[in-house]
Amino acid sequence: MKDWPKTFDLAVVGGGNAALCAAITAAEAGCTVLILEGAPQPYRGGNSRHTRNFRCMHRQPVFPLTGAYEEEEYLHDLMLVTKGKTDEGLARLAIRSSEECLPWMQQHGVRFQPSLSGTLSLSRTNAFFLGGGKALVNAYYNTAADLGVTVAYDAQVTHVHLDGDQITHLHADIAGVPVTVTARAFVLASGGFQADLDWLARAWGPAARNFLIRGTPYNRGVVLRDMLDQGAESVGDPTQCHAVAIDGRAPKFDGGIVTRLDCVPFSIVVNRDGDRFHDEGEDVWPKRYAIWGRLVAAQPDQVGYALIDAKSIDLFMPSVFPPVKADTVEELAAKLGLDPAPVRRTVDGFNAACRPGAFHPTELDGLGTEGLAVAKTNWARPLDTPPFYGYELRPGVTFTYLGLKVDDRAQVHSEAGPIRNLWAAGEIMAGSILGQGYLAGFGMTIGTVFGRIAGKEAAAHVA
Amino acid sequence: MSLDTAPDTAPVTSLGSFEEARRQIEICNACRYCEGFCSVFPAMTRQKAFADGDLTQLANLCHNCRGCYYACQYTAPHEFALNIPAALGEVRAESWERLARPQALARLFQSHGVAMAGLLAVALACFFWALAALKPETGAGFYAHLAHNTMVAIFVPAFLAPLGLIALSIRDYWRETGGGRVRLIHVLRALDSAARMKNLSGGHGEGCNFEQGDRFSDRRRVFHQLMMYGFLLCFAATASGTVMHYAFGWEAPYPLFSLPKLFGVPGGLMMVAGAAGLVWLKLRAERTLGAARVWGGEMAFILLLGAVALTGLALYAATGTGLTGPLLAIHLACVMVLFLLMPFSKMVHGFFRLAALTVEAGKPAPAGGGE
Repeated sequence: MKDWPKTFDLAVVGGGNAALCAAITAAEAGCTVLILEGAPQPYRGGNSRHTRNFRCMHRQPVFPLTGAYEEEEYLHDLMLVTKGKTDEGLARLAIRSSEECLPWMQQHGVRFQPSLSGTLSLSRTNAFFLGGGKALVNAYYNTAADLGVTVAYDAQVTHVHLDGDQITHLHADIAGVPVTVTARAFVLASGGFQADLDWLARAWGPAARNFLIRGTPYNRGVVLRDMLDQGAESVGDPTQCHAVAIDGRAPKFDGGIVTRLDCVPFSIVVNRDGDRFHDEGEDVWPKRYAIWGRLVAAQPDQVGYALIDAKSIDLFMPSVFPPVKADTVEELAAKLGLDPAPVRRTVDGFNAACRPGAFHPTELDGLGTEGLAVAKTNWARPLDTPPFYGYELRPGVTFTYLGLKVDDRAQVHSEAGPIRNLWAAGEIMAGSILGQGYLAGFGMTIGTVFGRIAGKEAAAHVA
Repeated sequence: MSLDTAPDTAPVTSLGSFEEARRQIEICNACRYCEGFCSVFPAMTRQKAFADGDLTQLANLCHNCRGCYYACQYTAPHEFALNIPAALGEVRAESWERLARPQALARLFQSHGVAMAGLLAVALACFFWALAALKPETGAGFYAHLAHNTMVAIFVPAFLAPLGLIALSIRDYWRETGGGRVRLIHVLRALDSAARMKNLSGGHGEGCNFEQGDRFSDRRRVFHQLMMYGFLLCFAATASGTVMHYAFGWEAPYPLFSLPKLFGVPGGLMMVAGAAGLVWLKLRAERTLGAARVWGGEMAFILLLGAVALTGLALYAATGTGLTGPLLAIHLACVMVLFLLMPFSKMVHGFFRLAALTVEAGKPAPAGGGE
């Protein structure tokens, strides 16, 4: 094993938003910094490259945000999605600090835009990156380069060595060559373990092998596992992951935003056996899309099929792949690989249960079915107008909840107490705050806030 | 509007660039992260299926700023392998060739700088011959070498005929892209975009990603505007000279403090600076993020514009010396090639861009869908 020729003040494990915020903050405080990014350069940035906005507290309108979004409302929104599974102290810290992040991000190259098509509902709470998360990642890498930060790509950290109450060095494979890196301080920002299908299968069950991974294939949780094995304190449900229902034809990894499907509220969704299994019209899609990952995951073969007719095909965002199309329900079922007879029965039963009434695609219209075991409570219109369209749905994993427990200085702890020179930021510690569910744009808030804290604390430690 | 991917209209050509652009744009339209960069992305959200005419319009709205390439999650090695600037660049270059008449000349000169150089050599030979054979008995300044009426007889048709061909191309463009009735307000909006080169601003005003990878730079916008306004000043110089000649009987050569020189000298200097800058940027920029096949033709076009300005300035500087004759021949040859190739070179981009911006201004504001 080779030694890196230089000892750095700070080694940052990971190369996404949180890692970059830590590296930039420490470098501005005068530290020499090394970023170890596990992905090759074209895929740098972890799941941050798939993001689009960050949720930001503010007291008055400030570009690009409208209105005001204050601490209590923000916390209330977080409590709703996590059902109280959050560390309130850390949550309040993240929320309060998000306010000062907005100007900091702009000073470090991130550019924002007003919310445009289809995202107006978030214009008050979420600041949208111009060009999305990869543009943010590019801006931060340029800022880091200008500050003299060293970046090693294709640098997979295999072991972070804990000796007593501090980290002494780490081992990494850099472009296939084993290297030992020594530093005075370490920040772990290497994400969750959702791309390790074996780990997912152990945690969730063998069905997890059929899940699609929406983000980077490089978040395999190697450093998380290594730290847990060395006694670092953990937080978050180790068996759970956040999944949404996405286009079943999406790539196994890295399909990102385009694989989402917004058609469910205007569909009927059947499983492999042609049966409906949940109310498709429960609520508007942004409030419900997250539960459908789980619902589909619980079906045989972890697959569902959304069936739509010509009346509804233009009511949702375009899909990345065109839908399967047929002139009859039976033909559609056959094309989707389903047995036509039960699908026909389900559609007939559903159509018979639909009631006349006014249909309003943009609001809860109360147009529900009557007499079905599995009701559809809004937007229930008979599936009767050819051509018919179908989408295969599969669970797409976004992130995992298990992480390292940190304190309000982002410091990692073992049973014996704080590890003196180790901090964590981003998805690897987000389970402390997001114990369940998800709040749009909050992952980037956690990454930015705790990345900056970790960088500042690390710099103070080595000063 | 339908999700059906079969466009309503028959395909305009069987070339593969439409298919590739359609594949990429349909992926793009399901993401929309880039909607803040330029006019292309909001325009895209009006539909789910893209006919060839829709793609032609998007391609001519695209100014090749490359912001969307560097911000894209789906560039190679990702299996979606998006490269929107190149895909639209190909469709754009092809549209200028397809809508030109004759198409063969456009195909030749759009992509082959050597062809342009060859035509220049022929023009040089012609003008040296003309200066020797048609030398007038009398005349002042460069009219001592070639009579005013001879120049008019040569250049008026050489200027107007290509403009006529371009007008036919733009009419065809309008039909292909479904442009509506031309209204003054839409033209003014298009001119405003072009005057500020809004689509090279990056959406944040810091410019585009051209010569230094994913870092933003305003240099391309600056050099382009030096070239464009320099060219317009030179055009104003010629126009004012014509008015002075015919309306006031005041013939060239004009002194420095006269409209033709006050427009022409700064205009020429701006064009030289713009050309030098654009050549420098083009040499540094990644060729695969545009229509690589027309790189040579584009480069030759910039050099030609620079040559027109430089020889014009040299001709002025050489007033009264023995170099006036040869420099006049060289300058006139450059101008002649520029005029003749207007419909067949990168020069048409200005006309197509204005048409695309006007068509866009005439369409309803994009509504977009829900995420």
